[in-house]
Formats: sequence, structure tokens, C-alpha cells
Amino acid sequence: MNAYDGESLDPADWHAVEQLITADGTPVDNPELAGWVGDVTDYELADLYEDMVVIRRIDTEATALQRQGELALWPPLLGQEAAQVGSVRALRQDDFVFPSYRENGVAYCRGANVADMMAVWRGNTNSGWDPHGINVATPQIIIGAQTLHAVGYAMGITFDGTDSAAITYFGDGATSQGDVNEAMVFAASFQAPVVFFCQNNHWAISEPVGVQAHIPIAARAPGFGIPSRRVDGNDVLAVMAATRWALDRARRGGGPSYIEAVTYRMGPHTTADDPTRYRDPNELEDWAQRDPIERLGTLLETRGVLTEDRAAAVAAKADAVARELRAGVINRPDPGPLDVFANVYATPNAAVDRQRDRYARYLAGFGAGTETEGSLS
Amino acid sequence: MTTMTFSQAINAGLRQAMDDDPKVLLMGEDIGKLGGVFRITNGLQKDFGAHRVIDTPLAESAIVGTAVGLAYRGYRPVCEIQFDGFIYPGFDQIVCQVAKLHYRTGGAVKMPLTIRVPFGGGIGSPEHHSESPEAYFTHTSGLRVIAVSNPQDAYTMLRQAIACDDPVLYFEPKRRYHSKGDVDLGASLGDAPAMESAAVVRPGADATLVTYGPLVATALDAATAAQDEGISLEVIDLRSLAPVDYAPIEASLRRTGRLVITHEAGLTGGLGAEIAAQLTERCFDYLETAPVRVTGFDVPYPPSKMEKYHLPDLDRILDGVDRALGRPNSLTGLEG
Repeated sequence: MNAYDGESLDPADWHAVEQLITADGTPVDNPELAGWVGDVTDYELADLYEDMVVIRRIDTEATALQRQGELALWPPLLGQEAAQVGSVRALRQDDFVFPSYRENGVAYCRGANVADMMAVWRGNTNSGWDPHGINVATPQIIIGAQTLHAVGYAMGITFDGTDSAAITYFGDGATSQGDVNEAMVFAASFQAPVVFFCQNNHWAISEPVGVQAHIPIAARAPGFGIPSRRVDGNDVLAVMAATRWALDRARRGGGPSYIEAVTYRMGPHTTADDPTRYRDPNELEDWAQRDPIERLGTLLETRGVLTEDRAAAVAAKADAVARELRAGVINRPDPGPLDVFANVYATPNAAVDRQRDRYARYLAGFGAGTETEGSLS
Repeated sequence: MTTMTFSQAINAGLRQAMDDDPKVLLMGEDIGKLGGVFRITNGLQKDFGAHRVIDTPLAESAIVGTAVGLAYRGYRPVCEIQFDGFIYPGFDQIVCQVAKLHYRTGGAVKMPLTIRVPFGGGIGSPEHHSESPEAYFTHTSGLRVIAVSNPQDAYTMLRQAIACDDPVLYFEPKRRYHSKGDVDLGASLGDAPAMESAAVVRPGADATLVTYGPLVATALDAATAAQDEGISLEVIDLRSLAPVDYAPIEASLRRTGRLVITHEAGLTGGLGAEIAAQLTERCFDYLETAPVRVTGFDVPYPPSKMEKYHLPDLDRILDGVDRALGRPNSLTGLEG
């Protein structure tokens, strides 16, 4: 086991990552880690493959829609499919996810409607799903803020006496934030059943991970009293195994765990970003050789599971989801002018009500029933 | 009616809220065995247990941020910020998360947090222990902000804040903690004045004096002193700072035509500025003179030996009243 348990911090091991499938699709002999996924059949592995293919298609479609002006912005997750699928597919429905804005693959796997999900990035709404409907909090844009919410939620799980868990997703950049560090302090102090899932995708917009940390990020957690593992984030099976390890600790009253999934942001930070200004193309090429989908596809082909028929079915599923996504985006009506006032408060509020009523009077001056659009475009 | 101190009334309000709803829990620094640095939570951990009266690590962002997660889970957390000047590490979570989550989720997620903040000066404390940061929060949509001035309101409005499905910042004037008053502990919340309502605490005819929190008592003293000079002041306790209940202030101004606002917080961008602007918009034709503000200076809260100069007191308030009434005052002869 390569976990950082606080006692075996051999610097020579710090840069190692745990794997179950190599970049060329070869199984790795790692009995301890493999033990957590011993029940996963090849057919279930193929389902994970399908998830990843569909998510990559969602990502590609969303990027295209942004280029076509249908979305205002999109934060690609290209290259991080295994990290997201492997972790989210380890969860139970009653577990609760506190994601950042890049976990749209996670949200898809939890059952978010893909068209609704895009409404956030089109600018129609701030929330692409009902958090209580799929047990996923709204995408958090403030870097690292959601980690505290996960810890608080997990404290509530403890108070309720259930064996659910909370998981929070964040990136390597977020690990520098005070909130993430405070979250680890609280999680350890209260032994909260929470999983810290760091996707180290090597870049925080233009800053390489070395700006944030001079040691592997997973090595920080033991200092807080939180056991950690460093896994190949492009190996969906290793990610699932590590997440199951962490969830098992949480469910058995073992408190928080920390996973660093080492992956790579193959795309820009968002569609507004230009990584050619700061990134060596050779690095991108290196990581393209470690693609999460290709390696699993190779393994499944070797084992005869990913037949031509199955591959065609996966492609058809991805196409169908993409069509649903595109149609939902393009046909989504814009919100009305008075929607701006909705849900500021849960209870009636005189100050907001007065402004809404006065704006409605102003709008009415343009003619009864006119759906006035703002002049900003 | 029970006679009790301000701090006992807050304690009673917390106790009642915890009795009423098992999802109510308290979080903060030193609030358990110690009962808080002001002893507001005295005895509550002993009676309700360490899972409902939680001594947290020393991190305000985390106190608020984990309360957000608990609210997601269906809890109704009451956070204690130990002193006004310690709230800033939690500012991001309050402004970006607590205030916005209901809006962000289209109403799917409620944030029924109460954040208690001992505020204001007058107790001779070192730096960061005497501030009045309320305007940062009244400026933030999505928050409700209240400031209590007497034991009955402290008790009732705390229960209302905890029962409210919106997040509430509850500012308690620490220099009044030991003042006593009668509290009806048995009154039902249904019969109480709405949490959003202002109160006319002294009727009068010549000028309207608006304030909140620690300065309500000072304003009432000023009104008594003014009476000796034949000036009748109507004193209004805002109680709710966001939203402000303008109706009683408007009604008062239509009779008096003269408005004086006083608070400990600094002048620029303070709540008094908003109230002056609102009342000018709403009652311009009734105003006999420009609104007058009597506030703390636009300086960092000074060392305690100087706080008596900084804080509006009875004499400075009466000087402001003189300005509103066109009587000789400290600015007579100055232009602009």
C-alpha cells in the first residue's frame, strides 16, 4: 500500500502513484488496492468505459456550443474522465457530493439532466440541478469553499447516526486556499465521514502545480491527521478502488480520508483561456499517451468485452446524449426580467419586493404583456 | 414577566430554540464548557450535550462553512462569532455562500443559519473587539440583519432569527449585556412583532431620532435630556437593519419633518447614509431640513482611552438634534 499514513513518509516514494491499469492498458499487480474492486466485472468496467466516452462527448459538445455562441463559457474536463467516473461510481445514492465547477462528469453520473446542466454555462441560471434531487451541491465557483460544506454535511451525518458519507472535489490550486486547510482541520477534529478528492490536473489556470506545493499534495493530509493515497487519476479502476477505501473508512467511523488523483487538464482552464501562452506542447503530448479512455478500451478489447457491437452502442449513446444536450441548450428560453428577483430570500422581503414591483411598473410602461428584454446583449 | 440581564435573555432564547427544534445546534469558539467569553451559552453544553453545543477549532470561515454544510443536511446552526472584529475570516463564506445559496439553487436549498455577533464598543477592549461591521452585511443581498437593543427583543428576535428560513446576522450590543429588563419568556412567536419591524420606543413631535443596538439606550437618554429643554424627540429603534422597516420612520417624518440618525459605525457608506437617502426619496416634501447623521468617525476603531471621543454620546446626539432643528450647534456658521 502506498498510502500516506503519517508513518511511512519515505521521500523516495512521494512521487509514486498507485495504478491498477497502466497507460498502455496492462493490468498492474497491486493486491491491496485491487482488493477494493475485486467484485467489479469486466461488464461493469465496460459501463465505466461508456460513462467516460459519454462524458467526453458532453465535454466536446459543450465546447463546440461555446464556440458557436450558444454557451457563455465552458470549463472542459477533457482528460479527467477517469478521475470523475471512478470516484463518483464508488458512491451510494445517499452519499452527498460537493463539487467544484469542473465536475460535470460527476453530475452526469449522478443523474443530472445534461441540458439543465448547461443552463448554468449559458447564463440562464446558477444551478443546473436540484441539489437534494441528486445529492450533489451546486457547482462551486469560489475555489475550495465547498470543502467546508462537505465537512459540515459530514458532521451532520455523524449527528444523524447514519453511515452515509460526503465527498468533496477540488483541484490542486484549491489546496492553497485557507478554506481547504480549515476543512481538513475540522474534518480531523470531528472525525467527519468525508472524502477529500483532489484532482491534481497539474494546472490552476496558468500556474503549474509546483506553484502550489513542493511536495506531492497527498503528503499534506497526514499532517492534519488524515490518511491519504496518491493514485493514477487516469486509471478509472485505481480511482474507484481508492475511493472505496476512503468511503469504507468513513462508513466504519474512521473519519476523513484524502485522495490525490494525479491527472491532467488536457484542455484550457475554460473556453476563455489560451493555454498555448503558458504550456509546453510536449507536456500535452506526454499526457495524451496516458489517456484514461484509450487505456481502458485497450484492456477491454484484450479481454473481448469491448466488441464492435458494444463500441457502436457506446458511440450511439454518446451521440444521443449530445443531441439531447444540444437541443436543450438551443431551445431553452431566456429567463424573464422579473426572474432576476426570484429566490433572493426564502421568506418575503420588503426591500426586494419593492424593487421588483417598481421594476414591473417600469416594464409595464412599454405596453401590457410585453416581454421586455434588457438592452444588454 | 421575568427580570433578567441582556445576556441571560440571549441564553434563554438559545435554550428555548434548542428545546423547540432538535435540529438547532450551536457552534463557536469556547462556547461549551466555558459558556463563551461573554458566558452567553452558559450551561447549554451541559444540558444539551457536546453534539449540540459544539466547541469548534479556531477558524471562522470553517465555522460558517461547515454550518452551510449542516444546513444542507437539514440542520439549523447558530454560529457564535466571538467578537465583531473576528468575523472577517468568515466573510467570504457569509457573502459568497450563506447569502447566495438560496438564490443560486433557485430556492432548492435553504440556509436557515443564525450568526450571532457581539458588536460595538464601550467596554474598553483592545483592537478588533469593538467594531460595528453591520453595513458590510446590510449591503449583501440574501442576508437578513438585525440588531437588538433590550432583553425582550434579544430573547424574542433570537428565536425568530433561528426559526427564519433565511440566514440572519444577529448583532448583540456587548456593552449592554449586563443591563436588565423584563422578559416575557412565555410569549408565543406568533404574537410577537415581526422580526422585520421597527419600533417607536418613545413618541415625540419635533424630530425623529433613528438608531439601533447599543445606541437606543443613549438615544432615549438624549430624548429625556431634550425634554428638559422643551424638545420632543420621537425615538425609533430599527431592530431590523436589512430590510429596514421604513413605514414607521416615514410616518414619523411626515409629522416631525426632521430626521437624525445615529450609529457607532463610521459615516461613509454606513447604514445612516442609506436611511437618509431612502427617507429623502420617500418624504422629500415633508422634510424641513436635510437629514443629520451622528456617527462614529471614519477612523479605525481607536484605542480604548479614546473611544469615548469616537462613540456618539448623549451630547453629540443632542448637537445633531440642534442641527436638525436649526438651533445653535457646533456647525453654526459653517457652510457645506
